Amino acid sequence: MTEIDKNLKYRLTENVVSRDIEGEIIIVPLTAGIGDSEDELFSLNETGKAVWGYLDGTNSVQEIIDLLGKKYESDKNEITDDVTGFLKELLSRNMIEAV
Amino acid sequence: MDRSKFVEKVKPHESGFFSRGSHTIGHLDIELTERCDNNCIHCSINIPENSPEQKRELNTSEWKRVIKEAADLGVMKIRFTGGEPLLREDFSDLYMFTRRLGIKVIIFTNARKITEKISKMLSEFPPMEKLEVSVYGMSRESYEKISRVPGSYEEFHSGIDLLLKSNIPFVVKGILLSDNISEKEEFESWASTLPWMDQPPSYSSNFELRERRDSNSKNRMIDSLRNTPDDPIGIYSENRKLTKSKIEFMTKFIGPPGPELFSCGAGQSGSVDAYGFIHPCLTLKADEYSYDLKTGTIKEAVFEFFPKKLNTKATNPEYLKKCSKCFLKGLCLQCPSRAWSESGTFDSPVEYLCNVAHKEAQDLGLLKGDEKGWEVTDWKKRIKKLEEKGNDRDR
Ligand code: SF4
Repeated sequence: MTEIDKNLKYRLTENVVSRDIEGEIIIVPLTAGIGDSEDELFSLNETGKAVWGYLDGTNSVQEIIDLLGKKYESDKNEITDDVTGFLKELLSRNMIEAV
Repeated sequence: MDRSKFVEKVKPHESGFFSRGSHTIGHLDIELTERCDNNCIHCSINIPENSPEQKRELNTSEWKRVIKEAADLGVMKIRFTGGEPLLREDFSDLYMFTRRLGIKVIIFTNARKITEKISKMLSEFPPMEKLEVSVYGMSRESYEKISRVPGSYEEFHSGIDLLLKSNIPFVVKGILLSDNISEKEEFESWASTLPWMDQPPSYSSNFELRERRDSNSKNRMIDSLRNTPDDPIGIYSENRKLTKSKIEFMTKFIGPPGPELFSCGAGQSGSVDAYGFIHPCLTLKADEYSYDLKTGTIKEAVFEFFPKKLNTKATNPEYLKKCSKCFLKGLCLQCPSRAWSESGTFDSPVEYLCNVAHKEAQDLGLLKGDEKGWEVTDWKKRIKKLEEKGNDRDR
């Protein structure tokens, strides 16, 4: 899997559309080849939701980790692992790109 | 933080995020136009391709406002139907607008207007739902006897070829009439070769009369396609296919409905017609139940207007004597919409559907001899027996 460079800033690609439905973040593929089947949608877990709002290409990964660290007051290493794990997954699905 | 899977695949109908009792709706039907390039003998809605009614249709920006509101209400799936939705010149624009809002699209089409351009768009930006293509015949002769447009068969075929070439998922639906019934086997074996048909094709005509009560001559033609009273089922049963699972489903809902007219789920979402009126279901076009989206919103219609309107109880003595007490209600296709297109009232039995339901009930062993569905008191026992029999006929 691609490594995440913490100095980079990421944003959503044009391959997906994200929707907030009743507090649930749903990612809907827009272009071909994002899901494995023709009707596949994706939802995010709590980590995903916390990071999602920051993926507009303005904050670097490190900045996102710092911001979440302040917000959740949990172990920095744990947050780092969660955020990079999440971004790796999105990258491998072509849902985000570095700006 | 939750360290389990970050991104999870979901099926919207399984995830339950629409069923939280709040102001969201899951899907919306949109009839982009009532115009069609076919003129099928059995059709209950079509008007000619160049009809002046086109001027009354919502324009592109009005449609976009409707679709945007649907997205804001959580709609995940829109069905574009008609008429023939691909007749709209702005179809691609509306399609892309809908997909960019994160809404999946089902397209109901006769495939005649599937062009290189449309198929390219559908393969680059998949609708995320299979297209549904109506098939009227396997030969030019049978197809055009039903579609009544010379050249339509060829265009249908080229549309299908383009979909196959571009690997765009679609399913086919049949319609059985006396002009094409001899091709049933050929149709089903062709359908089984299509990569996305995971079950045999369904058939879609119940010989419904005109939804807008707009043409006596067309109604006479539809009526003539129905079978005679001695054989009220005939082709109809082929179109309807009472399979084992359908019978299992039906027996859950069978039973006298009482005077309430709408126990069918109508109005939980809605169907927007070509002129911007939203109706509680695709076929119920009566003014009494329609709400103008040119001046109002989907939210008002679904959460205020429909609940009030659909509370209606039957008052017609004949309905109260028959349908409201009839245990065949889960089997019979009588409903306020069909009653209206047949008779102009919402609470009347529909003679044709009544005959069909009685014949089917006799076949299933639910009725004996000349018994009527509303006369039977021990219906629960009969349903139980049918369930126990684990009905295995494969019709
Ligand atoms: S079978 Fe006849 S009486 Fe029974 S619900 Fe249908 S139309 Fe009404």
